[in-house]
Amino acid sequence: MSAPTGEATRAAAGRPGSSAAPDALAAVRALQSGSRRRLVTVTLALAVALVLGMGVRVLLGGYTVTIPDFLAILGGETIPGASFIVLQEKLPRAVAGALAGAGFGAAGALFRRTLRNPLASPDILGVTQGAAVAAVGMLAFGPGSGSGAGMAVAALVGGLAATAVVLGFSTAGRSGGRLGGGTSAGSGGLAGALGGTTFIVAGIAVATLCQAVLSGVMLSLNQHDLQSAAIWTAGSLNAVTWERIVVLAVLLVVLLPAGGMLHARLAPADLGGELAHGLGSRPGRTGLGALTVGALLAAAATAATGPLAFVALLSTPVARGLTGGRPSLPAAALCGAVIVVAADFLAAEAFGGARLPTGVLTGAAGAPLMLWLLVRSGRRS
Amino acid sequence: MDTESGARAVPEATDGTTAGPPSPGGPPPAIRLRGVTLGYGDRVVVGPGQALDLDLPTGQTTAIIGANGCGKSTLLRGLTRQLPRLTGTLEVLGRSAEHWPARSYARTVALLPQSPVAPDGMTVEQLVDRGRHPHRGWFGARTSTDTEAIARALELADLVELAGTDVSELSGGQRQRAWLALVLAQQTPVVLLDEPTSYLDLSHQVELMDLVRSLPDPTVAGQRATVVAVLHELNLASRSADHVVAMAHGQVVAAGPPGQVLTPALLEEVYGLDADVVPDPLLGHPVVLPRTPADRLGA
Repeated sequence: MSAPTGEATRAAAGRPGSSAAPDALAAVRALQSGSRRRLVTVTLALAVALVLGMGVRVLLGGYTVTIPDFLAILGGETIPGASFIVLQEKLPRAVAGALAGAGFGAAGALFRRTLRNPLASPDILGVTQGAAVAAVGMLAFGPGSGSGAGMAVAALVGGLAATAVVLGFSTAGRSGGRLGGGTSAGSGGLAGALGGTTFIVAGIAVATLCQAVLSGVMLSLNQHDLQSAAIWTAGSLNAVTWERIVVLAVLLVVLLPAGGMLHARLAPADLGGELAHGLGSRPGRTGLGALTVGALLAAAATAATGPLAFVALLSTPVARGLTGGRPSLPAAALCGAVIVVAADFLAAEAFGGARLPTGVLTGAAGAPLMLWLLVRSGRRS
Repeated sequence: MDTESGARAVPEATDGTTAGPPSPGGPPPAIRLRGVTLGYGDRVVVGPGQALDLDLPTGQTTAIIGANGCGKSTLLRGLTRQLPRLTGTLEVLGRSAEHWPARSYARTVALLPQSPVAPDGMTVEQLVDRGRHPHRGWFGARTSTDTEAIARALELADLVELAGTDVSELSGGQRQRAWLALVLAQQTPVVLLDEPTSYLDLSHQVELMDLVRSLPDPTVAGQRATVVAVLHELNLASRSADHVVAMAHGQVVAAGPPGQVLTPALLEEVYGLDADVVPDPLLGHPVVLPRTPADRLGA
């Protein structure tokens, strides 16, 4: 600090246009390639972990399948017993777990980045609960109850509705005109509410309301539906069918690239609304898009597997820890996928005869993490 | 609302100075405001009564001074278009700001706000990298032009050695230079700074403003960037600025070289401040010496 910038600056200013000195270039290149290498390494490692996890899920456990048998089954050969278990039970669970986990993880990354709060995640803000209420409502009252597409549509509508209610309440009364002169001026609407805690409070209220409605709807179900609804709302891959998987896969193919683009576009929003605006970003508008895509991702995953507790909340901080603080939507999505596949395997196999719903395990792992995040964010502010 | 934007309406200038450029025959202004009013809801903060006309000179450093709440920051927010104009026109480097796409505009005009938010666990290089956002494509892929611009910005802000340091570990002066480097990496010909020297001690204030006033225009070789800084410290403004705009109650009261604008009469009008103004013995710019009635009596 003691050496004044004077000489260096004047020398630098003397050079034309935008050419930088070789040593500065080398320093930046080294840092850039370092962080890029770390991001690529982490993403690849997560992808490998996912493939391994899915392999373990399909091949090992209570019923073991050898790799040659598995390949033979995939090739279309029928091995009595094994074929059914692999194609109707183990493989769909692994694929659905990976897809749903990716959906939850990406949704968490989008909410986290838009709302700039470590607790902002679709499972805290009532999005997954809203989707669950709508899906169970469809099961109870809808036509052709329990069809994959019908429940998926209902879950998407429910998730979006819950998001809209949370947005509506947390941006109400922020219509720009109220703010005068101060530093927050000109930041009405969503852009002004971003980064606030109003979202969290409104979200918890909506989540609780949805939970209450869900309990009410469940009571109106007949005995058979009640059993499956109870397992599904705990978050379980038991009821996964190839039909649901196809619906989820189609939704992810559309939503994940859109989410990736919005996630990149929101990068300046981390720096506060004013600077983001100066960088040509429109955090309010882009943020609304990101929350919509995030809500759809979480709802689509919920429709397939039920509201797997805390997966969306867990994935983003874990991914950030691995990438060295750099927010990455693909890393968060992969983290979510790995978490769900691993949790499903453990829930099914690690507790002897008792096959727990997967959501019980993710919930048990997520609750302490949520408390830790709460303590940490409280300490910082 | 008065919106006579056609004729060159000179605002109510008090002591003969106008809001026009310092040299009428010089290059066209970098920023030209005509008939502009800015505000929040139905409260007009800039240009109440008489809409604002203002020219800011190209390739020079302009300091905007004025008492708290006189509309300085609001004016900057209008220049970045974060706050939409209620009336009037804005031209930047001869082009109308109307229908100018946000990212393209951000490649021409950069803003360093008063209190930007530093995300956790970010190195200086990663922070400065964010300044490249308006130059990037849909998925934010990096190019060698980005590397070049970041290196150049770090070099100008004298932060090359600290490029890999976590932002939270920087001193106040270093952190402010890191924010400035972010804005420099944006490589815009026009740079707006909202109180860039608050929270800095005196030597770092001078250091930062000397850096700011020597910034090169990244788009035109051999030319200085147009810098517009809101400053509270009058003597710093006087020392660093080529052009000073004094604002009071949302109006431009005077604009011109520091020697013309910083007069006892103007300080009385803008701040209600009794002051003597003397020339700096070494550099010649005016130095403001505040007085109270007790000072006058005691003397």
